Amino acid sequence: MSVAENQATAERGGTRAVAVLSSIGRFLVIAVTTYLGLLAVTFFIGRVIPIDPVLAVLGDRAPANVVERTRREMGLDLPLIEQFYIYVKNALNGDFGTSVLTTNPVMTDIRRAFPATIELATLGTLIGSVIGVPLGVLAAVRRGSLIDQIVRIIGLIGYSVPIFWLGLLGLVLFYAKLQWVAFPARLDVVYEYTFTPITGFYLLDAAMQGQWDVFYDAFRHIILPASLLGYFSLAYISRMTRSFMLNELSQEYIVAARAKGLSERRIVWAHALRNAAVPMVTVIALSYAGLLEGSVLTETVFSWPGIGLYITNSLQNADMNAVLGGTIVIGSVFIAINLFSDLLYRVLDPRTKVE
Amino acid sequence: MSTEVVQSRRDWLLSERPASRMQARLGRAYVTWRRFSANRLAFVGLLIIIALLLVAAFADVLAPYSPTFGDLKGSRLLAPSAAHWFGTDDLGRDIYSRIIYGSRWTLYVVILVAVIAAPIGLLVGTVAGYAGGWTDAILMRITDIFLAFPKLILALAFVAALGPGIENAVLAIAITSWPPYARIARAETLTVRNSDYIKAVQLMGASPFRIVLRHIMPLCISSLIIRVTLDMAGIILTAAGLGFLGLGAQPPLPEWGAMIASGRRFVLDQWWVAGAPGFAILIVSLGFNLLGDGLRDALDPRSGDQ
Amino acid sequence: MSGKTLLEVEDLRINFPTRIGQVQAVRGVSFSLGRERLGIVGESGSGKSQTGRAIMGLTPPQAEVTAKTLAFDGIDLLAAPPRERRALRGKRIAMILQDPKYSLDPVMSIGRQIVETLRTHERVSKAEARDRALAMLEAVQIRDPARVFDLHPHEVSGGMGQRAMIAMMLIAGPEMMIADEPTSALDVTVQLDVLGILDRLVSERGMGLIFISHDLRLVSSFCDRVIVMYAGKVVEQLKASELRDAQHPYTRGLLNCMPRIGFERHPLPVLDRKPEWAA
Ligand SMILES: Nc1ncnc2c1ncn2[C@@H]1O[C@H](COP(=O)(O)OP(=O)(O)OP(=O)(O)O)[C@@H](O)[C@H]1O
Ligand SMILES: [Mg+2]
Repeated sequence: MSVAENQATAERGGTRAVAVLSSIGRFLVIAVTTYLGLLAVTFFIGRVIPIDPVLAVLGDRAPANVVERTRREMGLDLPLIEQFYIYVKNALNGDFGTSVLTTNPVMTDIRRAFPATIELATLGTLIGSVIGVPLGVLAAVRRGSLIDQIVRIIGLIGYSVPIFWLGLLGLVLFYAKLQWVAFPARLDVVYEYTFTPITGFYLLDAAMQGQWDVFYDAFRHIILPASLLGYFSLAYISRMTRSFMLNELSQEYIVAARAKGLSERRIVWAHALRNAAVPMVTVIALSYAGLLEGSVLTETVFSWPGIGLYITNSLQNADMNAVLGGTIVIGSVFIAINLFSDLLYRVLDPRTKVE
Repeated sequence: MSTEVVQSRRDWLLSERPASRMQARLGRAYVTWRRFSANRLAFVGLLIIIALLLVAAFADVLAPYSPTFGDLKGSRLLAPSAAHWFGTDDLGRDIYSRIIYGSRWTLYVVILVAVIAAPIGLLVGTVAGYAGGWTDAILMRITDIFLAFPKLILALAFVAALGPGIENAVLAIAITSWPPYARIARAETLTVRNSDYIKAVQLMGASPFRIVLRHIMPLCISSLIIRVTLDMAGIILTAAGLGFLGLGAQPPLPEWGAMIASGRRFVLDQWWVAGAPGFAILIVSLGFNLLGDGLRDALDPRSGDQ
Repeated sequence: MSGKTLLEVEDLRINFPTRIGQVQAVRGVSFSLGRERLGIVGESGSGKSQTGRAIMGLTPPQAEVTAKTLAFDGIDLLAAPPRERRALRGKRIAMILQDPKYSLDPVMSIGRQIVETLRTHERVSKAEARDRALAMLEAVQIRDPARVFDLHPHEVSGGMGQRAMIAMMLIAGPEMMIADEPTSALDVTVQLDVLGILDRLVSERGMGLIFISHDLRLVSSFCDRVIVMYAGKVVEQLKASELRDAQHPYTRGLLNCMPRIGFERHPLPVLDRKPEWAA
């Protein structure tokens, strides 16, 4: 290899590295500013809007000396910018203060509630994708057919129905009338004492310990809320799949694939869907994030002891530390999923590999 | 004879060589309208929204009972009947009447949110798009940050701090729903910013303020209207969710979300108390969704199948 | 005409039902093809592509295709069941599309797309399929086949993409090929390379070729015979060598539009269109 060629190769390697670095850099800037934004907004909500943040945290029945001490503890005598700095530092350490309601550190409560929320949202997204993607594909392939109409109606209702209301009706029908599912909770009371969770995902824990009676009971409790969430994610996922697939199926490379003599099955599933899969990842991730966000409503309806229920219970008791802690945690996961899906998009799509 | 007149009027509207700006505009509107009304579902959506407006306007005439005072002694938790179409609630109030009055609160929420959020988005988007450079970068970063937030949870936290109430709920929803409008307005601004037409206005010495206000903002309106219509259902659902959690409208306001919350306690036995208001929410959201889809398809034929 | 007849088209008609009524894209086209090169020229919208696609069986589902005869090697294409037509596609009749940027699957490597054609039509092992794909890439004059095999379509130039498509369509050894403006999306310099490759492969393998193009001069230098289409009809059919003696005013118009070196043309001629030609 000649010197000039060598140099050219090195240079190309160099610009490639710069490109990769700059895209990582951009990603970091986006991630950091977004998280700082989230903290700034919650700081604003917790410290700036309330006329007296101490009362907002302690409630107005706290004795005067406690109020005074808390005021100093919260650093409210410091300038606002310094307060924000401390706030960010604490938040990064997972310190959101103490919950008035449970008297625990907020982070401890959240850690306990978190698996319940994740278990529910994950099962919901799983149901939604496993049913929603094939439905959307079929609707696109048989455009205008009965199945297409059904997908359309499922989507329209999913976008229009209040989730908590549908949950209540579900309870009336499947719990009270048909008695197919168990009452709103995570487990029957009997098992609350005999069962020791490991990961906090009850279905997983029960299966790992071979306690199939617990597994069955957990399943009877989770299936209704998970199906409800699954329906919402299905409505969104099937509709988006349909539209991505219609777009792919109208591309020239599909004509070329037909000209090669490929079967329709192969064209749809190996070519069109593989191309649609790239944007689908984002859609599924967004739907997952949406279910996490919607947990405040579903968990309230189904008395599901996750972060959503924790937030709403704290709201009712004006427990601001807990509300904001929960908001930050759900917000962080939500943002992380958004960022992550963006990254995954780049990995899946060969066109974005070299930039 | 009359068909001939209709025929020629149609031709006049569809003429490829309109003689006046008026004719061209009417022609465009006619084509859009034909595409819109050919979409039966969109038409149903329009009818639902018109019905909502009429019900809200004539609530006093349509409602047989008072929405806030009930007969505590004789008519608590009655099942649906001829006297009370949707039954009565725990305070003996007629649910049908409450739903009719509730339509006013639904309209109140969507209109106020639209009136607050759309101008914020419009302002941020057009300024960012027209100014470019750092202004653009910073404004859009802020927009993207807000876009990455979970809206419902954030609205919840806002109302928690501001205190429950329907005005605060409206404010919280508005604060979390302007970013998409800013994005749209910026995109539209960028497409016209360098057009000869804007250049001409600049040459005539118009101030940037005037250009943005008089020449750019009006161009963004139609895409904003579509987007706002599409968002209406989401706004209604968020407001109802806040109401359900006790953060939105407070008793005894006949707001539909709050009505579901108060019916929740008896839902296993008296399902209609929570059932009817939820159904009302479903129908109205459906109406907005159908209307929004139809508007989008009619004004932007490319997106027809998507 | 050399050899036996491969394709027989008689009175081919293609109708698209639309909201404003029937659009007759092709209205009674007849021709036949042996192991030779047939050019189809005509302006945009004259029905060239639809004719080609109807032969392949790739007409959009809403369209109606009718013909007195549409036969490939004695097989009545319109009566053949879909399965049989599919077996013909890629195996015995191939088609090259205009723009490699859009006609190759963007998320599948070029090699896999070529192998896919082969393995759809022949039972071959993976290793053998790979070897044959590499040989085919070499046949379309790609210098480093092993490297290109693993590349994705966006990583190659337009000219290389079009060669990859030719490889993908020819690997199963078809007897007839429809090339729908195979070089219109390419740079002028690359056009000639690709045409050269196509030319060589067609004559080496003795394929029948239908070459669709806007470019009358290109067609006349590349093909044995030329069909001129206008508004869904064949207005003239003649040997490429006799193009200069074309009778029809539309063909003459097309010929007149072509710039010639050494002649200044002012004003530039405009193509004349008379409604009676379409009648
Ligand atoms: N899906 C369709 N619906 C309705 N009409 C169609 C459709 N596809 C093609 N056509 C009609 O068929 C006619 C012929 O189209 P075709 O693609 O064969 O033209 P062409 O000669 O290949 O033109 P070009 O040189 O631009 O490729 C067009 O005038 C068009 O109006
Ligand atoms: Mg064509």
